[in-house]
Amino acid sequence: MNWITKFVKPKLKSLLGGKKSLEIGEEAWVKCKQCQTMLYSEDLEKNLYVCPHCDLHLHIHPRLRMKHLFDEGAFKEISYPTVQLDPLNFKDKTSYKDKFKEAQRKTEMQDAFLIGFGKIQGITTTVIGMNFKFMGGSLSSAGAEAMVKAAEHAVANNTALVIFTASGGARMQENQMSLQALPKTTIAVQMVKDAKLPYIVVLTDPTTGGVTASFAMLGDVAIAEPKALIGFAGPRVIQNTVGETLPDGFQRSEFLLDHGFIDQIVHRKDLKTKLAQLLSLLLKRAA
Amino acid sequence: MQTYLDFEKPIEELDLKIIELKEQNLEYPSEETITQIAEAEQLIKNIYKKIFSTITPWQKTQISRHPERPKTQDYIDNLITDFFELAGDRSFAEDKAITGGFGRFRGQSVLVLGHEKGHDTNSRIKHNFGMPKPEGYRKAIRLMKLAEQFDMPVISFVDTPGAYPGLGAEQRGQGDAIAKATECCLSLGVPIIVVIIGEGGSGGAVAIGTGNNVLMLENSIYSVISPEGCSSILWKDSSKAPEAAEALKLTAADMLKVDVIDKIIPEPLGGGHRNRSKVIEDTGNAIEEYLKALSNQHGNELKHSRQERYLQIGRNGLFSEKTSAANEALDSKFGKIREPKNFIKHPVFIGLIAIIGIAALGFYWFN
Ligand SMILES: [Zn+2]
Repeated sequence: MNWITKFVKPKLKSLLGGKKSLEIGEEAWVKCKQCQTMLYSEDLEKNLYVCPHCDLHLHIHPRLRMKHLFDEGAFKEISYPTVQLDPLNFKDKTSYKDKFKEAQRKTEMQDAFLIGFGKIQGITTTVIGMNFKFMGGSLSSAGAEAMVKAAEHAVANNTALVIFTASGGARMQENQMSLQALPKTTIAVQMVKDAKLPYIVVLTDPTTGGVTASFAMLGDVAIAEPKALIGFAGPRVIQNTVGETLPDGFQRSEFLLDHGFIDQIVHRKDLKTKLAQLLSLLLKRAA
Repeated sequence: MQTYLDFEKPIEELDLKIIELKEQNLEYPSEETITQIAEAEQLIKNIYKKIFSTITPWQKTQISRHPERPKTQDYIDNLITDFFELAGDRSFAEDKAITGGFGRFRGQSVLVLGHEKGHDTNSRIKHNFGMPKPEGYRKAIRLMKLAEQFDMPVISFVDTPGAYPGLGAEQRGQGDAIAKATECCLSLGVPIIVVIIGEGGSGGAVAIGTGNNVLMLENSIYSVISPEGCSSILWKDSSKAPEAAEALKLTAADMLKVDVIDKIIPEPLGGGHRNRSKVIEDTGNAIEEYLKALSNQHGNELKHSRQERYLQIGRNGLFSEKTSAANEALDSKFGKIREPKNFIKHPVFIGLIAIIGIAALGFYWFN
C-alpha cells in the first residue's frame, strides 16, 4: 500500500459513495456487544469508541487513542526492533506467518504494540498502546522489544511511561520467546522505575494472561477503564479447570478496585485530564 | 508400585522378572540366575535406547510428569543438610505448592525454593499438584528477600503445571503475585540458580524460575502453555496434544538452542525415575559448578548480569532498526513524525491533494 491508497483512496471512496474506509482500517459498522446496537464507526470514532447508547468501552486502535490523548493530536510514532518472525516455524491449522502478516495488514502496526511520543497537556510523555485486534494483543518477542524500546526512550528523554494494556495473553505460536517476554518486559519496567520516572498502567478490556503476570500489574499507579476484564486466568479457563461458578462482575475493573488491585476507574473521555493531573503531580510540574 | 508410561510397557515385564529372580535367590544366586538378570537388564537398556533414539516431545512431556520422577522434596532431602523450612506469606496463608527454607548445600548456607507436586494422592492434594496460589508466590518473594538480607544464594527448583486457575486465586491477585515474584527475581543482589526438574509451566514457572543461570534436566519441558491447552485452543481439539507438543518446541534441547537455559543435565537411561539418586547427585554437581562460577559477582553486578541475560534472549534473530527493511517500510508508511488531520487541513496540502487527487483518480479508475 502506498500513500495514495492510504490517504486518497478512502477520501475518493467516500466521495464516490463507496464504503467508508477509516484511516485505521476499522469496519464501517460495529455491533455493540453489550446493547447490540449497530454503530456507525465514524460516530464511534468521534465518541472514542465508547458506545453512545450503553457506555460500553469498545476496542480502540492505539493510533486513534493517541490522536485524542496527545495535544493537538500530534505525536511521534517510534518503531521498535524487528525480530525474527516465526522462530518456531509454528503451524497449527494455519501458519503463524500468515496470521501475523494478516494482522499487520489489518491493523497497520508492526506488532500489537504502538509507541507514541508527544505532549499530554504540555507534559512530554512516552506512551504505549496495545491493540487487541493484533492477534488478540498477544505478547510476542517483538512486543517485549517494544516495551524495552519504550522504556529506554522514556529514560533517555526523562519522561514518564504510560501504557494502555489490551491483551489475551502470551503468543503461543512463539512459545518460549513469548514466555521469556515476561522477564524482559519486567526489566523494561525496572528501567523506568530505577530512573525514578513514573510508570503508569491503564488497563483496558481485556487484559488477561501473561500480560497480567508481568508489566500490566507493575504500575506505580494502576488505572482501569470501566468494566474491563482483567485477570490472570480467563473466566472460561477457571470454569473449565476447576468448575467454579463465577459471580457477576468477576474480574471486572470494579471487582479489582474492590479487591485492592487498582487505584481508580476512569472513563475514556476523562483519561487525558486524569493522566495529565497525575503526571503533573508526580513530575512536580506547576499546576 | 512403579508406574509405567504407555511406551514403557515392555520394560514392566522385564522389571518384574528381575524382581522375581532376585527374590527367589536372595542369598546364593546361581550362575544361571545372575546371567538371567544381566540379560534382562541388558534387554531393558536396549529397549530404552531404542525408545530414546526416536523419542517425541510428547513422550518427554510424559516423562517430565512421571509420578516417580524426583520432586523438589527429594532434592532437598538428598542435597540439603540442616534444612530449616519456612512457611507463609505473612498476610494471608501458607501455600504448600511452593516449599522453601534455609539449608546447607555442600557446606554453604543457601535459601532453597521449589514447586512441590507431591508423590502420592494425599501429598498431591496437600501440595495442590504443584499449582501455587498468590500466597505461594508472595511467600517466595518473602523468602528471596530473606536470602538477600542474609547474603545467601537462592537455589530454585521448577516443577509446576502452572499457577492455579481459581476464583480465590484471582480475587487475591494471581497476576499481581506472579509479576511481583518475577520482579523480585530480577532485582535480587544474590545469585539465583534455577533448575527445571520436571514441568516448567508458563508464568507460574517464570515467577520463581528467573535466575542468573537456568539449568534443565534432559527430559524436562518448559512451555508457555501445556500441550493439552495449546491443542484445545489452536486445534480446537484436545486430542492433538502430541502435535502441539511437537509444534511448541518445549524440550531442553530446544531451550538450549535459544539460550533460554544454560545447561542440560543429562538423565540416566530411561529418565530420572529409573535412577533417582543418580539424577539428584548429577543435579547437585551442576548447581555447585554454576554457583562457584557466580561467586566472583556481588550485589548489583548479579542483578545487572541477570537482567542482561534476559534482555539478550531472542535477540539472535533481531534485526537492528537501521537495517530492517520491515521497519523502513513502516516508517515510510506512517512517518517518523505523525501529525494526522492537522496536516491534512494545511492549505498547501489541500492544493497538493487536488493535483495528486486527479492523478490518483485516474489511477483508481484504470486499476
Ligand atoms: Zn452499547
